[in-house]
Amino acid sequence: MSIAPAEHETRPETRSEDYLWTLNFGPQHPATHTTLRLVLKLEGERVVDAEPEMGYLHSGFEKIGEHLTFNQYVTVTDRMNYISPMANNVAWHHAVETLLGIELTPRGTYIRTIIAELARISDHLLCNGAVGLDTGAFTFFLYGFYQREVIYDIFETLCGARFTNSYTRVGGVSQDFTPLVIEKIRSFLKTFPKTLLDMERLLNRNRIFVDRTKGVGLLTKEEAINRGATGPVARASGVTRDLRRDEPYLAYADLDFQVCCASAGDCYARYLVRMQEMRESLKIVEQALENLPEGPVNVGIDQRTSLPIKQQVYSTIEGTISHFELAMSNRGFEVPCEETYAAIEAPNGELGFYLVGDGDDRAYRARCRPPSVQNFAMFPHLIRVPTLSDVVSEHGSLNIIAAELDR
Amino acid sequence: MTNASDTSTDTLPISPHVAAVEQACGPLEHSVYRGQQRVVVPAEKLLETLALLKDRGFDLLVDVSCVDYLEYRGAAHRYGLIYLLASTATNERLTVRAFVDDPEPTVASVVPLWKAANWLEREVWDMFGIRFTGHPDLRRLVMPEAFTAHPLRKDYPLQGRGERHNFPVITRDHS
Repeated sequence: MSIAPAEHETRPETRSEDYLWTLNFGPQHPATHTTLRLVLKLEGERVVDAEPEMGYLHSGFEKIGEHLTFNQYVTVTDRMNYISPMANNVAWHHAVETLLGIELTPRGTYIRTIIAELARISDHLLCNGAVGLDTGAFTFFLYGFYQREVIYDIFETLCGARFTNSYTRVGGVSQDFTPLVIEKIRSFLKTFPKTLLDMERLLNRNRIFVDRTKGVGLLTKEEAINRGATGPVARASGVTRDLRRDEPYLAYADLDFQVCCASAGDCYARYLVRMQEMRESLKIVEQALENLPEGPVNVGIDQRTSLPIKQQVYSTIEGTISHFELAMSNRGFEVPCEETYAAIEAPNGELGFYLVGDGDDRAYRARCRPPSVQNFAMFPHLIRVPTLSDVVSEHGSLNIIAAELDR
Repeated sequence: MTNASDTSTDTLPISPHVAAVEQACGPLEHSVYRGQQRVVVPAEKLLETLALLKDRGFDLLVDVSCVDYLEYRGAAHRYGLIYLLASTATNERLTVRAFVDDPEPTVASVVPLWKAANWLEREVWDMFGIRFTGHPDLRRLVMPEAFTAHPLRKDYPLQGRGERHNFPVITRDHS
């Protein structure tokens, strides 16, 4: 085989993109935190382009939602954002109750508010802790993780499960608060502010941390709205939208709290917003706990909407009948042939479910609107200028959870 | 089979935004349920309607999704697209729906209006096989590129059609 002389003699033409180097960031990488992938185009250390890819953890949750009953599906929502499963439980049954038109008891709404806020604290602790970890602050991460353990202990005392709680039920929750749970939450309220202060002292003015997060991953207010950002990511860019205040659900209308916002729109602002939100969550939990109404936690058995507690099932005829009917197919909930959307302010942003009912006690369609998708979709926009080391802090500050992203 | 206990919210007046859309598109099917305003627009006027609503203050596109009404009692169309809009200034919400049908379910992309629609429409294409004309990058979002079916359609079985068993197995020698 002879080489054509022309090809042999002339040097191949060089283009600027020939010097670009492609780096696969993930799907298995400690700094992606979960299974997702970024294809980065690097010029030296500068990131020229990034292409996010998802789907590595796709498990067909929405399809499963069409085959499980409203009470069964709560176990699947645990596995969506597994950093704060309680918030997902609350979101799911909030949506179901909106569709069915069930009004919770006062005690039920307060209990759900408390656990949703505890879930927010544990989510923010992990997210901020991971940002610290990725930028080299390991102590900070461990401080956060220790407090997460305390919250896990509270949840374990509450419902027996530490991680996948599946705590809520249609029309109520699976277990009422016991005095021990209340005592544990009170002691957490006492000890946590000190840790929070320690954490802030560790990082807020830490030179390395500030250098690596300030001015990195800038997102303007207009872009944040146009790209559908919600939650702390949007609030750090100056969007003052918080469903807890703007569309009060559960007990939020009765409680006093601030919506935490920043205008810088960088990773540091997101960190500060999350730190501040934890303080506000503490305030909410404290108020809700001190004003916890007495009375039944679940909707009464005469309404035939929530599963009666076991005591009633075993000792009263009404409880037995109600449980039996609700457990039978086509005798359970009265589901309207209608469609509703209901969302809550999950730790990550707006977590909503669009439910279509067709009279059956399982959803005809259970669309989940996860906040992570929009956060991840805007990644290439945030990433154009910076260096490879900024990718890590940006990624951490968006708090993308692949299980919620792919569903 | 509607729940009679909660009819009070259903007597809310129709939102002025819906009235404005009706002025532009002619009479439309609209309803209020549990306090949520919903309007159905013809698929060919979707982009125009959403542009109008964006100008009227609905600056946040919360979600784009789809429902396959194949097994739904009394449904006239197969696919119902859902656009959930919200306003960050007034906190109003509006659900805009449009129906498309087989064999070529197609609708205009709203990426020119909201960049947020990019991945949401890709997901709808992936899961339901609805084409969005004018979308800059209509690829599958979560399923593998080589996948042929659209899994959230109602005629697709829960356990799949055996795709999992036929994935190519890469051994160490051939990788």
